[in-house]
Amino acid sequence: MPIETTDLAPRSNAADLETRDMLLNIGPAHPAMHGIIRIVTKLDGERIEEAEVEIGYLHRGFEKMAETVDYNGVMPYTDRLNYVSPLINNMGYSMAVEKLLGITVPERCHYVRVIMSEISRICDHLTCVGASAMELGAFTVFLYMIKAREYLWELVEKVTGARMTISYCRIGGVKADLPADFADLCRKAFEETRKVLAESDGLLTRNRIFVDRMSGTGIISAEDAMAYGITGPFLRASGADYDVRKDNPYAVYDRLNFDVPVGTRGDNMDRYLVRMEEMHQSMRIVEEALRQIPSGPVQVDPQTGHAIPAAEMVDLAKVGNIEAISGDSAVTCPTLEGSGRAQHASIAADEKRVVLPPKEDTYGNIEGLMQQFKLVMYGHGVRPPKGEVYFPVEGANGELGFYVVSDGTANPYRVRVRPPCFAIMSALHKILTGDMIADMIPTFGSVNMIGGELDR
Amino acid sequence: MNTTSLIEAVRKHFPQAVSASHTFRGDATVILRPEFLLEVARFLKEDSGMRMSYLMDLTAVDYSAFGKRPTPAFFASSGVAVSPSSEIPDENPWPGPPGEARFAVVYHFFSVAHKHRLRLVIPVNEAAPEVDSLASLWPAANWLEREVWDMFGIRFRGHPGLKRILMYEGFEGHPLRNDYPVKKRQPLIGPVN
Repeated sequence: MPIETTDLAPRSNAADLETRDMLLNIGPAHPAMHGIIRIVTKLDGERIEEAEVEIGYLHRGFEKMAETVDYNGVMPYTDRLNYVSPLINNMGYSMAVEKLLGITVPERCHYVRVIMSEISRICDHLTCVGASAMELGAFTVFLYMIKAREYLWELVEKVTGARMTISYCRIGGVKADLPADFADLCRKAFEETRKVLAESDGLLTRNRIFVDRMSGTGIISAEDAMAYGITGPFLRASGADYDVRKDNPYAVYDRLNFDVPVGTRGDNMDRYLVRMEEMHQSMRIVEEALRQIPSGPVQVDPQTGHAIPAAEMVDLAKVGNIEAISGDSAVTCPTLEGSGRAQHASIAADEKRVVLPPKEDTYGNIEGLMQQFKLVMYGHGVRPPKGEVYFPVEGANGELGFYVVSDGTANPYRVRVRPPCFAIMSALHKILTGDMIADMIPTFGSVNMIGGELDR
Repeated sequence: MNTTSLIEAVRKHFPQAVSASHTFRGDATVILRPEFLLEVARFLKEDSGMRMSYLMDLTAVDYSAFGKRPTPAFFASSGVAVSPSSEIPDENPWPGPPGEARFAVVYHFFSVAHKHRLRLVIPVNEAAPEVDSLASLWPAANWLEREVWDMFGIRFRGHPGLKRILMYEGFEGHPLRNDYPVKKRQPLIGPVN
């Protein structure tokens, strides 16, 4: 029996075939959407014809809550904006309020903030690159990068007492000085991070699968990116070199040498490369800052400064025995290490109406106690003059701006944050359109969407 | 351009449009009459001296409670305690909220070419809360304007699709208005479509 031959030639022109667009709903409960994004796509085969991005699933009313607390009370809320790099949010908010107050912090404090925010930037980029590599199947890279992030978070924990929601900055300063052995710890952590970056670079940058999926996908031109308000590594991968640290330098960034990596094609691969290079540059910044940082009394020397429990100090002060405690330091909670009288002048602005006194003064003399109460009692606190300011810093995802309006009372009248990934998400539909559905994963990964700052 | 010449340039080109200006803390701020917004925005984008490539931020402020919020501690003004740090000295004071209007829509522009920033403030009346949309000039305005509509209930004339963005369809009220209570709860409804 002859086998029936299949006619392989097309029966009719492709144009005559019936085509039907398919609507595909991705998220909000989808692992690649990082929890809280919904993308409604219109597909022609596997090609995305239209995409509609829906956000708002993590809206917690940050701006409304900020109006109900005092100026320092907003700080914990800022941690929860970009929870991968909370120090940069802390810094942006406190510098905005300091601008409103018209005060500056000591030089050492600037350096401490710069060092800590660069470490946060590395953590953020590690998370972004690691997670997007994992979504493309490179699970090892994710584990390596999280390992490196762990070393850095240990460093952060050593300084701030917490890992993620750290509330390290204060208006007019930081909570506590760097520990005495910080430079050594930092060197060790960076050694490990460099190793991980080299390993990951070897695993990814020339990996055929990774390169095929990353290059040529998710393209956006520099003009489009600017029109959509995109900043940060996402913009720089497209060829524009705008970086707040270079173009509107704040803190001490104008004294530090670093390069701003710039891509050429504006695709996912370039964004990956830009982020990888930025991590090296951030480490370079930290290392140079640690060389430049004006020496301050770092931690209380346990041999000379006699540390006594705070309650004992209060008792001695109550009976007027000031001489007995004048050289002592108060042992408070372990997270307040490095905020003693000796360090206070180098990490906090000399403005008694803004900055809390060192604990030795709070417990040991009436002026310190009054200063403390004037700042923490209900209805008191920091009172900036009436006014409005906008202050941008370079967040891990781009320009992070705080717009603060004051009506002269102890609560901010309005706090607005310009979240960097809001702009990127608003352009996402355009970036996705024309790509394949599988390209959505690396593209969305390279946005580094952080729900906390996107939905606030 | 520095802050004063930025403001002067806007004033020179649009003498009728600018109702006030200030440079509190070095932020160049121009308060505009609403009807000139599109013209001025186009000028800011296209003029070679301005070249505002970025609409960095667009937000609004509800000034209806400005200066009327009660001081929470009763003794703060009773004479027992000295009012703490109310006015840190200021040589260039802020002139206050723009006029009588309840809302102010605030735009922050940035130029990559000239590295300057400018803030535009548009007073918006409560009776007709509507301003022109800038979505045709900067696509960034699209979502930012949706957010302002969502949070403040200010409409944008000519916006391609003004709908809620952070809250859900069916949410009643605009949460960042001062008359929306902080602790008000609304039942969360399911998806509409």
